[in-house]
Amino acid sequence: MTLSPLTRRLLALITGVALLVVYAPLMLVLLNSFNTSQSFAWPPTGLTTRWWQAAWESQGARAAIWTSVEVAVLATAIALVLGTMAALALQRFAFFGRDFVSLLIILPIALPGVVTGIALANAFTTMIGIELGFFTLVVSHATFCIVTVFNNAVARLRRLGGNLEEASMDLGAGTFRTFFKITLPMLRSSLLAGGLLAFALSFDEIIVTTFTVGQGIQTLPIWIYQNLFRPNQAPVVNVVAAALIVLSVVPIWIAQRLAGTDESVAAAH
Amino acid sequence: MSSSAAVRLESVTKRFGAVTAVDGLDLEIRDGEFFSMLGPSGSGKTTVLRMIAGFEAPTSGKVFLDEQDVTKQAPFARNVNTVFQDYALFPHLDVVGNVEYGLAVKKVPRKQRRERAEEALASVQLSGFGARRPSQLSGGQRQRVALARALVNRPKVLLLDEPLGALDLKLRREMQLELKQLQREVGITFVFVTHDQEEALTMSDRIAVFNHGRVEQVAAPAQLYEAPASSFVAGFVGTSNLISGETARVVLGREGMFSIRPEKILLAGTDEAQGLRGRATGVIEAVVYLGSVNHYVVRLDEGGTLTVLRQNLHGTSDQKVGAEGDRVTLAWADEHVIDLNPPSASGNHQEEK
Repeated sequence: MTLSPLTRRLLALITGVALLVVYAPLMLVLLNSFNTSQSFAWPPTGLTTRWWQAAWESQGARAAIWTSVEVAVLATAIALVLGTMAALALQRFAFFGRDFVSLLIILPIALPGVVTGIALANAFTTMIGIELGFFTLVVSHATFCIVTVFNNAVARLRRLGGNLEEASMDLGAGTFRTFFKITLPMLRSSLLAGGLLAFALSFDEIIVTTFTVGQGIQTLPIWIYQNLFRPNQAPVVNVVAAALIVLSVVPIWIAQRLAGTDESVAAAH
Repeated sequence: MSSSAAVRLESVTKRFGAVTAVDGLDLEIRDGEFFSMLGPSGSGKTTVLRMIAGFEAPTSGKVFLDEQDVTKQAPFARNVNTVFQDYALFPHLDVVGNVEYGLAVKKVPRKQRRERAEEALASVQLSGFGARRPSQLSGGQRQRVALARALVNRPKVLLLDEPLGALDLKLRREMQLELKQLQREVGITFVFVTHDQEEALTMSDRIAVFNHGRVEQVAAPAQLYEAPASSFVAGFVGTSNLISGETARVVLGREGMFSIRPEKILLAGTDEAQGLRGRATGVIEAVVYLGSVNHYVVRLDEGGTLTVLRQNLHGTSDQKVGAEGDRVTLAWADEHVIDLNPPSASGNHQEEK
């Protein structure tokens, strides 16, 4: 397709503005983490690594990051197991109410977090009678983490068809061997992508978390939210945010690489 | 009942919802034969293959392998292997990994496994391709890998689901002969599904012609062609040239439905037709030049059309035998008129058993 020079320049300009709107604030966060002014004066009066050191030594920030990682890892692990199993059941077997079950699995991602949060908190404390805490937090996060794993796995299974599994069984392999030697390797990259997404969802979740976390536990988003408006803590929060921006690049880069390998799987098929 | 049936189906019916894919089918495939299931798409032949493999369970009826009732057995418990239409090679394993898969499942020791895999690859002319990925192979090579992967297990029966469908014509012809030769060498029963009548005629010992979930006829290729049991078989295997109704009454002096193969009809006045009485007259509607042969579509004065096939024995001047619009007289011998009426009415065509 060829575009006139004017159109091309116009499109370039729009693209530039859009990217600027997204990334300028993020760059500001990075820059401010080195700003000597505690109130983020603009332009910066000088550069310092003082805040980075303060953040590194902040017990609250460390504990919160660690809690978030633990919750996200566990919720993702649960989501991987249950999401894969659900995807297999719904893609490879026909049974009464299949479409309905599929809808029920996907629904949590669309439900407002406030509703899910209140509902879960209620069910935990009144119906089941367990105290809100780390465990309830993990379970709550798993409810929406399953969706991303499930969706990725279903899409892959649908594209693969059942042929490879039939071929494996035809060659004498039972159900379990077929799953571990054929199905799982074929799903691997889609599960990794789904898992990364699930991890990210859990890591920055704040609404459901607020309702199901209980006393004494702080995830990173909650810690940030609570410290953001304390003048003393603001630069430290800013540093944590800057660190997260840098760290976020890694999973996105991996996910893009995976998309590349997906192509080769498709080609082989 | 024959004592050496490799596969036997007893009144097998398969329904998918409201659709009856296979309808009360009885079929017997002999030990060591090259058996083809021929039919248009949707005729139930692939469903039958999948029921033999164990991927589909019959709605009713029984499947026997080697006289053992396997109706309820899972695919991995049956001593059959399948070559799939799209090959279904495992993309994450290399060629040797694919071929070895069945042996690894059966816990054959590694060294022996490797040897047998190499042997199988050699038998399909793919020695030295073991380390490649399926994505690095051509269509024909993938087809051979799929074949080696199945044969290496030395199954009782090898099931082939239109395995040559994705190959180009030249390669397909080569593979047809190779497959036939391979089958003779290994002596395994081959059950071959195809919609290509020429392919079935080329390779098979016997052919079952499927239509609407039923078998119309089971016979050796020559018998199928020369003595089709129904108008469907006559039409699906070769060009049918049906003659019925008023035309049959006038031209043949008989009631019912009949067929004459195009190459058995001669144009009066040509060398080949000498000594034969002219049977019908008509006008040439179309002349189709096909290189080695010409097709003449002749509209009969009595109604209906007949296709006449004539070899181009004498070069292009032969085309002068008939041109579009020419009046011609057609001749044939009585024994080449195929009676397609039900046996009760007149016929003497039975299943070749």
